[in-house]
Amino acid sequence: MSVKEKTEFQPKIVAFCCNWCSYAGADLAGTNRTNYPANVKIIRVPCSCRVNPIFILRAFQRGADGVIICGCHPGDCHYITGNYYTRRRMTLLFSMLDFLGIEKDRTRVEWVSASEGGRFAEVMTEFTNDVKAIGPNRKLEDLRCKAK
Amino acid sequence: MQSEIIKRTVELFNSEEIVRAIGWRKGDFDYDLNPSIFKSSEDLEKNFVYNDFSSANLSKFLIKISQKEDGKTLVFLKSCDTYSFNSLLQEHRISRDKIYIIGVPCEENLDPSKIKAALGEDVLSMSCDGETVTVETLDGTKTISKSEVILDRCLACKSRKHVVYDELFGEEGEVLDSKRFDQVEILENMKPEERYSFWRTELSRCIGCNACRDICPACTCEKCVFDNRDSGVENKVATNDFEENMFHIIRAFHVAGRCTDCGECSRVCPEDIPLHLLNRKFIKDINEFYGNYQAGDDIETLAPLTRFDAVDVEPSIVKTRENVK
Repeated sequence: MSVKEKTEFQPKIVAFCCNWCSYAGADLAGTNRTNYPANVKIIRVPCSCRVNPIFILRAFQRGADGVIICGCHPGDCHYITGNYYTRRRMTLLFSMLDFLGIEKDRTRVEWVSASEGGRFAEVMTEFTNDVKAIGPNRKLEDLRCKAK
Repeated sequence: MQSEIIKRTVELFNSEEIVRAIGWRKGDFDYDLNPSIFKSSEDLEKNFVYNDFSSANLSKFLIKISQKEDGKTLVFLKSCDTYSFNSLLQEHRISRDKIYIIGVPCEENLDPSKIKAALGEDVLSMSCDGETVTVETLDGTKTISKSEVILDRCLACKSRKHVVYDELFGEEGEVLDSKRFDQVEILENMKPEERYSFWRTELSRCIGCNACRDICPACTCEKCVFDNRDSGVENKVATNDFEENMFHIIRAFHVAGRCTDCGECSRVCPEDIPLHLLNRKFIKDINEFYGNYQAGDDIETLAPLTRFDAVDVEPSIVKTRENVK
């Protein structure tokens, strides 16, 4: 391993995955032996609309450099309408984060179904590279949570 | 105007139509009026004030009071306050049949802190007659033009129309074509770094007094997330940048789609943080993405975050749209 690779910034990525689609998609990526970056830490939620904006901010506070929310494709929600609400909420929240000057690439919503193991890996690789490119989270960090 | 309002309210008290009235009570200074409950006509005649400093939005006080069984409560609402009232009604927070609304006409309210900034802190009394504000200070009488000391929120007034009332003083107003999103647009056209430093300068002054939350007519949860110890965002003075950001993002988000843009949050802020800009950003986005919506305009239409459309925009629009840098 070269020195450059060793010192390369490794972001912490939190992925909120819906139990019915994206979590199963991640599972499929695993069973298919598809690689995706080890930076991604998955948190399973019953539905993407379970994700409260506070969860996202808390993730940043606790040292995440990027937060991605994955849910069923619109129209396929296990609870019929959950992800439609997610879509509205997250659009507004991300727009607000941008308004406060937080980098736009730190947050993302993607729709990944249970059969899209390959796509799950692609999305995670792409998102991790985006976050790597913008560097560590400085604007929404809490130094008390990092001093260890 | 004040004497007419008092006369009519005393009539209502005497005819036992109402048992109490919520209005503005004389404070320690002319410009320092307190929202208050008047339980008798004598009290009202003696202490009720309606003038250019009656800025407080009284609709939130109705939540507890309208649950009382003893009779009707009278409330004085300015045009922007009626939107908040409708919003509370829509969310079933108040009972309409326990309330008697008197719509009071609103000329722009004055900002005591602007007057003090212009003429000095040692103000004894303030009064306004249409165009000029006369101020008695320790150094003598001074005057200033009214247009210089109007409250910021009134400069961008969205409507002079009372959307709900039982009785109206003055004439029916109209919805205005306000320029209220101008400041939001200025910020949107800045670079993200500039925006970040703008908000850091503003939000770092926050002392965590929670006045913006407590005054907000849309913030009506019985138990607030900021009062919950287990949530980790307990009600306390922010200890670092993150907590300041978090409080203000979440506060604005919790009223997104329900905020009527009454501007009380910025008015009561002891540090003069332009909090209404956060709310207006949400309103602007909602108008842009989900069609024009004015909370409190009518009580039939669902709030934007409680409904959806199968063809809504995707969150990635935040990255791709061109009107925000």
